[in-house]
Amino acid sequence: MAENGVGSGIEAVVIGGSAGSLNVILNTLPLLTRQLKLSIIIVLHRKSSYDSSLANLLGGKTTLPVKEADEKEPILPGKIYLAPADYHLLIEKDKTFSLDYSEKIHYSRPSLDATFQTAAEVYRSGLAGLLLSGANSDGAEGLRSVKANGGLTAIQDPEDAEVSYMPDQALSKMKPDYLLSAKEIAGFLNDLSQARSTRNKGS
Amino acid sequence: MEYTVVQDEEIDILLLDLLERHGYDFTDYSKASLKRRINRLFSLDRFPSFAEFRFRLKNDPTYIRRFIEQITVPVTEMFRDPNFYRALREEVLPTLGTYPFIRIWHAGCSTGEEVYSMAILLKEANLFHKSLLYATDINPEVLEKARKGIFPLSQMKQYSENYILSGGKNDFSSYYSAIYDHAKFDASLNSKMIFSTHNLVSDRSFNEFQLILCRNVLIYFDRDLQSRVFKLFDDSLDHLGFLALGSKETIRFSGIASKYKQVGGKEKIWRKTV
Repeated sequence: MAENGVGSGIEAVVIGGSAGSLNVILNTLPLLTRQLKLSIIIVLHRKSSYDSSLANLLGGKTTLPVKEADEKEPILPGKIYLAPADYHLLIEKDKTFSLDYSEKIHYSRPSLDATFQTAAEVYRSGLAGLLLSGANSDGAEGLRSVKANGGLTAIQDPEDAEVSYMPDQALSKMKPDYLLSAKEIAGFLNDLSQARSTRNKGS
Repeated sequence: MEYTVVQDEEIDILLLDLLERHGYDFTDYSKASLKRRINRLFSLDRFPSFAEFRFRLKNDPTYIRRFIEQITVPVTEMFRDPNFYRALREEVLPTLGTYPFIRIWHAGCSTGEEVYSMAILLKEANLFHKSLLYATDINPEVLEKARKGIFPLSQMKQYSENYILSGGKNDFSSYYSAIYDHAKFDASLNSKMIFSTHNLVSDRSFNEFQLILCRNVLIYFDRDLQSRVFKLFDDSLDHLGFLALGSKETIRFSGIASKYKQVGGKEKIWRKTV
């Protein structure tokens, strides 16, 4: 754990995961505060399929709105967005989504790196990046750019991750602010949300 | 970070150079994707500085071709989204079949995989003999590939699966011959194809069509440019013509939406009603 307290100016969180991460998300969503002050953007590697059943699956776990991100859609607080299958999900300067169907990155589309990196350059210190379990090296570079742009970074503890390869890859490249077990993630996100609402009241 | 070297302001400078010196207008493209692709090219071609990158782009006409080729996204596949092709088979082609002559426009066709997929659909619906497929792209290099109809053999397994899921009944391999590691598609398929460069940003309507396909191109454009391109498509579609978009694209926010009705439920196919 890092010494400093949870970031108070976090506006958006990008959560990236691959093999072994879906359950972590499914267990986290029901525990999220209903007064969520952040935008949560989830990018999961999955088999390219045409339907949006994953959004429905996640939506069933929380009363917060969960939807697949549409291109040009503004990113709003209190909402959970999911990267659509088979597109890279990018963040524009005006805090809207855009989609990209270019080459796969680390054999993946959506790529975690693409979302982490474009979000980092837009939100800068207002972004938190969380990397979960996976068997891929995607996400490590992206999380590093979150840190380089002043954002907050967290990685699922490899000891706790179902597949430790992805957290290990990221840890070999950078030192995150937090190492979290799956059980700690909801609390981490709620704290970020709480810190933001306190700060807004104070200012 | 090592791969975001070219920053936003520098990208604006490049885009103005391209417009002024070469007439290519990328200023209304979505920036995040453009920035990634420009940075990718910058590191791929190992430029030591932005100044040298800019100089090369300004003064080397052959490098412009490479730039256009690499910046526009040349990714496509055959029978991508099989359900989309099934909807074309079941809900669009029967209507087109009632016309004496069918003109189809693939706007932003890239290396042509979709055009060949369409030609196969038309053959199987016995409509190929009275069809003409116009395939356009901003990028002359990809059109050269499209014209040849030669695709990597390694893709054929996936394409064959897509084809079957789209309702294809034949042996997919009957449409091509394998030559080493390539699949060369039957020459009769491109006998009805017309390839031409066309820039959706700056070029006008050039014919009237019963079906326009433009899939995963508009996602790279900002809203204003999207609206202009929708107007171009509207001007180029016959009364009761069809417009087909990518799975995450919609005409909902454009000026032409009220004139169109979505065909079926899920697929991104609209029909002009006015």
